[in-house]
Amino acid sequence: MNTIYQQPTERGYYGQFGGAFIPEMLYPNVEELRQQYLDILADPAFQQEYQQLLRDYVGRPTPLFEAKRLSERYNTRVYLKREDLCHTGAHKVNNTVGQILLAKRLGKTRIIAETGAGQHGVATATVCALMGMQCIVYMGEIDMERQKPNVYRMRLLGAEVRAALSGSRTLKDATNEAIRDWISNPVDTHYIIGSVVGPHPYPDLVARLQAVISEEMRKQLLEKTGSELPDYVVACVGGGSNAAGAFYHFLEEPSVKLVAVEAAGHGVNSGHSAATSVLGKPGIIHGSRTLLMQDEDGQITEPYSISAGLDYPGIGPLHAFLADSKRARFISIEDEDALRAVAELSRLEGIIPALETAHALAALGQLGAGPDDVVVVNLSGRGDKDLETYLKYADTIL
Amino acid sequence: MNRIKNAFDKKQKGLLNVYFTAGYPSLHDTVPLIKSLTQAGADLIEIGMPFSDPLADGPVIQASSTAALQNGMNMRVLFRQLEGIRNEVPETPILLMGYLNPVMQFGVENFCREAAEAGVDGVILPDLPLDDYVAEYQEMFRRYNLRPVFLITPQTAPERIRRIDELTDSFLYLVSGPGTTGGANTQAEGVQEAYFERIEAMNLRNPRLIGFGIGDKASFQRACEYAEGAIIGSALIRALEGTDDAPAAAARFVSSVLN
Repeated sequence: MNTIYQQPTERGYYGQFGGAFIPEMLYPNVEELRQQYLDILADPAFQQEYQQLLRDYVGRPTPLFEAKRLSERYNTRVYLKREDLCHTGAHKVNNTVGQILLAKRLGKTRIIAETGAGQHGVATATVCALMGMQCIVYMGEIDMERQKPNVYRMRLLGAEVRAALSGSRTLKDATNEAIRDWISNPVDTHYIIGSVVGPHPYPDLVARLQAVISEEMRKQLLEKTGSELPDYVVACVGGGSNAAGAFYHFLEEPSVKLVAVEAAGHGVNSGHSAATSVLGKPGIIHGSRTLLMQDEDGQITEPYSISAGLDYPGIGPLHAFLADSKRARFISIEDEDALRAVAELSRLEGIIPALETAHALAALGQLGAGPDDVVVVNLSGRGDKDLETYLKYADTIL
Repeated sequence: MNRIKNAFDKKQKGLLNVYFTAGYPSLHDTVPLIKSLTQAGADLIEIGMPFSDPLADGPVIQASSTAALQNGMNMRVLFRQLEGIRNEVPETPILLMGYLNPVMQFGVENFCREAAEAGVDGVILPDLPLDDYVAEYQEMFRRYNLRPVFLITPQTAPERIRRIDELTDSFLYLVSGPGTTGGANTQAEGVQEAYFERIEAMNLRNPRLIGFGIGDKASFQRACEYAEGAIIGSALIRALEGTDDAPAAAARFVSSVLN
């Protein structure tokens, strides 16, 4: 099924969004990837290795869990796609396993990555350890402070974590630094981008590697509900890789309502927010044209969210197209409501979610879903890395 | 009038193109800097339009951009500052260098019109893809007599170099090696020379300026052995840091490179 939502144009456009706006220094790398990624992904030997690692190393398929107490609370049928049970604690590893195999086939020996919450950094450090490859992860100085456990994990796994000291010292700046590293090391290095952002073909590549989430959802829903199609699929969006994976095989199923949840921070209009679909205008960030938070002069605005993984001023071009075409509904959730959702899921189902994921859970009350509706929330990651933050906000949570 | 072509016709060898960020070190330094750089002997002047996230630039230029934005520099202010610059500096080619997003928000056609009215000769937008330039902007640039400058790196394939050479009528910006602006040259001996010689042997129609990692008299002269001239940016910005007389510091810097 190749359609406008699932597949960008040859030059990487979803409607007006996408493309590859990169300096000449990156052109050969990105072009090499563009010319080869589809063939490599389609290669049976690649698929065999990828599927085997997903099964035996990542722990797929992840369960689809019927959350009965949560369902009762919201008077609808809530299922949780348990990406938090993936090795390393989040969906991010689906992508890094695929990209490290791709990097090997491209003959690369050095891996770089950016990370916000640290989940992508850990997932990248993990697969580099597995494959014996050198790994350098860029992380904003502020994010290193708020996600200390993940910084230690990356180091334990043998990765070098480099602090991004420019700008807001968060995810956007870590991405800038990673791109600069790639410019400086154009021959031996592969950049494993962690979300559906960046120049074409990254948004498509990452979406295809994360699509395993919705592929499994369809099979599991058929078993559990008698239908492959839910009424709602809900996922949080920073750059948007877990949402892209959760939506992918439902993009062309108009009966399925797709709900993308962004971080509103202190409030959409507070000046401290990361709600790109509301606050953004078309612009160019990190090599693609997408919705982007920026001032009237085109300078990129510094986003804010309590969650390091959602603290990004853009969204992937696919999501910009989903927002623009109204195929997906975008909801913004404030920090406090996300924190309350952490407490709610922990108490009702015995699952402590990541702060990012908690934004998706906090949207449950706003869906308007009825008692017979099937709602799947992509439980993108677990909350271990966020315990320090949860302790800090214990008054709100407990 | 094609000031860029005139500059290369007049000098042919050893041309110095200097880059500085508009609005740095202080907001109103732009015009005094253009004048003093020209008087000190710079052959071309490249004005950086500051951007919050300059991907192809190193820390020195990024810091100058951040400071310039804090000083209140933006495209409207810059074009106001440049009004009348051609009365002061009639012949020196002036190029604007920046990133696509601020230009797009300003409006590409507005940008071209204002640049042309100010007497700007060329534009360097490193993240503007060639295909997009050809499909959407080439005709507009021509209408306003603005010449695009494209970058070439050691990894740029020969057929792409030929295409770039066909698409412009100014000069080719040879990035000296892998890295962002202001970086040290860490390549093995001979690698860079081989690249420059390979480009020279292609007998391209446009002259070449070598940029990235050129910062003093010695590196400038070395670059000039392999091209018509070179581009200096970060080293000039460093020379402007902390000075309260930017035009004088700029003039001293240019003299130290040329004399």
